[in-house]
Amino acid sequence: MTDRHDSSRRRALAQFSAGSLATLAPWTMQAALAQAKPLTVGVIYVGPRDDFGYNQAQAQAAAEIKKLPGIKVVEEENVPETTAVQKTMTGMIQQDGAKVVFPTSFGYFDPHVLAIAPKFADVRFSHCGGLWTEKNPKNAGSYFGYVEECQYLNGVIAGHMSKSKKLGFVAAKPIPQVLKNINAFTMGARSVDPKITTTVIFTGEWSMPVKEAEATNSLADQGVDVFTMHVDGPKVVVETAAKRGKMVCGYHASQAKLAPNAYLTGAEWNWLTAYKTVIDAAQAGTPHPNFLRGGLKEGYVKMSPYGPMVSDAAKKNADDVKAKMLAGTFDIFAGGSAGLKDNKGATVITSGKTIKQTDVELEKMNYLVEGVIGSA
Amino acid sequence: MKALDVALPVGALLAALLLFGGFVWLGGASPVETWTILFKGAFGDWFSWQNTLQRAAPLMLTALCVALPARAGLIIIGGEGAVVLGGLAAAVLPYAIPLPGNVVGSAMLCLAGMAVGAAWIALAGALRQYRGVNETISSLLLAYTAIALFKQLVEGPLRDPRTLNKPSTRSLVETLQIGGIAGSDVHWGLVLGVVACIGLGLWLAFTPGGFAVRVVGGNPRTAQLVGLPANRLILLACGLGGAAAGLAGAVEVAGVHTNANASLIAGYGYAGILVAFIARQSPFAIVPVAILFGGFGAAGSLLQRRLGLPDASVQVLQGIAFVLILASEALRSVDWAAVAKRWRQRVTPEPVEPAAPVAAAKEGVA
Repeated sequence: MTDRHDSSRRRALAQFSAGSLATLAPWTMQAALAQAKPLTVGVIYVGPRDDFGYNQAQAQAAAEIKKLPGIKVVEEENVPETTAVQKTMTGMIQQDGAKVVFPTSFGYFDPHVLAIAPKFADVRFSHCGGLWTEKNPKNAGSYFGYVEECQYLNGVIAGHMSKSKKLGFVAAKPIPQVLKNINAFTMGARSVDPKITTTVIFTGEWSMPVKEAEATNSLADQGVDVFTMHVDGPKVVVETAAKRGKMVCGYHASQAKLAPNAYLTGAEWNWLTAYKTVIDAAQAGTPHPNFLRGGLKEGYVKMSPYGPMVSDAAKKNADDVKAKMLAGTFDIFAGGSAGLKDNKGATVITSGKTIKQTDVELEKMNYLVEGVIGSA
Repeated sequence: MKALDVALPVGALLAALLLFGGFVWLGGASPVETWTILFKGAFGDWFSWQNTLQRAAPLMLTALCVALPARAGLIIIGGEGAVVLGGLAAAVLPYAIPLPGNVVGSAMLCLAGMAVGAAWIALAGALRQYRGVNETISSLLLAYTAIALFKQLVEGPLRDPRTLNKPSTRSLVETLQIGGIAGSDVHWGLVLGVVACIGLGLWLAFTPGGFAVRVVGGNPRTAQLVGLPANRLILLACGLGGAAAGLAGAVEVAGVHTNANASLIAGYGYAGILVAFIARQSPFAIVPVAILFGGFGAAGSLLQRRLGLPDASVQVLQGIAFVLILASEALRSVDWAAVAKRWRQRVTPEPVEPAAPVAAAKEGVA
């Protein structure tokens, strides 16, 4: 806490020393400064910017930021989670003059952001993944979204549209974030029809197109007719499912363009909200927002527009739930009247108990709910 | 010939830069600006040098994992397996035994990585020598196996339960970690890499053991006739190469990641294959080639940021450069004296008929 006071005091001093003119006419001065020296923002991607997935969602926000006045964006893609990303961050700061850096891959945080942030106290680091804690540098921070809300809505739509009552989920690794999405999707679908099951296949990799295609084909062979996924680039799953004549709910970004006749809807990030919050703070000189989180209500996530084949009943059901989410009156992970069971029969949330989406308890999720076929 | 050893790759590199200039010009970027940024990014200032050298460090060690077995006549391409298992061994050694929290402890981590890496690559060598399994295929498959094993262990029994969304082993205590050289960002892996390249280069060139390995690689039949223990020498070469790659993994863990996790699987082992082949399997040549490779990485980083070019464009440059460097080897056997002579004849067309067949014959021999 003392650090934060220190830095804000330092910033305040810096503002005073910038000249009495600035205090007299803050607006004109700020505008003049912005024109003279744009704020350079660095964005780092772990994969290609046009992957129809995780990286594209980030790049879309960066493209929007680029349009703002007084902002210069420098980008680098395909940066591995090794010292290469430390070099990229340092290069953006030293060579390009970046004052705000968005290292967007989960694996960039520890040890890389933690190693670089203390060296550049005047640069703000905003990492995607939600790992920042009070122990970490105050000029670092993280942002993330409650995308499981959208996966729940995906599930509602899938539940209405599925004829075989078998859904498929192609997932990367059995880690809490992924399990949360699988569970939310399944619970959304089973809110429509409790007979529905979701079969999950873990590929073991964030990006492994061959295995993703194999998993999709194998699920299609088992009678699955609606797919969704949690891998970095959903392109292969979407295209393979469409080729097999199945339906699909997207993830990360919109894949509607890849399969317009198979794409029902999708869970998308809306990182512009986070980027804007961080950059506004940097421009205004207010303390760095260290911990940013939000769902549909806060504008951190959004749904892809419904495809033409989605039935009115499905749309109505999903829109009703979405309205409750927007109003803040809907909790996905709740025990209800019978308690929430995992797929081995054990009760994971007792009846009547509700876990709010902001509860860190959910970050430790290590189970698959009833109705999911597969093991974590 | 010595001049040619330098002239050919340098000429090929210049030709590649020229071609790449044309390539970006077609894409609408300025070639001159591109060349300037490439140079600035790789070698322009102290930061660029650190960037280049740090990227080069692990490649020197993984390239040795290809070069040494190659000198013994084996094409090993599974260095990635030795890297990840070497890293894992370094990360989990503290699980097994208490280590002194100083440089001795760090050295023990490195030795653990080297031992496991050596065993993994020696396994591919043994499969070939004793079971007749093609070592190129088996080493590649062993690398896949190693990665699967790594993930199974890191995400399963060896996982630190506190690592939720990025499964990792327990972090090394700070006293065991390897820091940078003299306050720079370049860690000691660079020194280890250079020392290993020079040491093993000298060993190959000047010691009876190194000579024996080269004989086995040059002509196994001769080696057998003069009574060299071919099997043992091949296993030695594989073991030394594997140890180098294992060391690369151990240094990545102790110097960068502090634990073993999936970020360690970054393709260093595969990049090393390219470095070794460009260096024509010479440990000495690996050092400059690895630095060149690191320079491409560093330059590509700046190129992306300054010109907004996609990452693929740097790979295009790298591809052109390495194809040309390899192709330039074809010029090595050209009889330059004859070419010069013919050129002179063309410039001054005198009736010197008897000379022509000689030149043609020489060319035929070449």
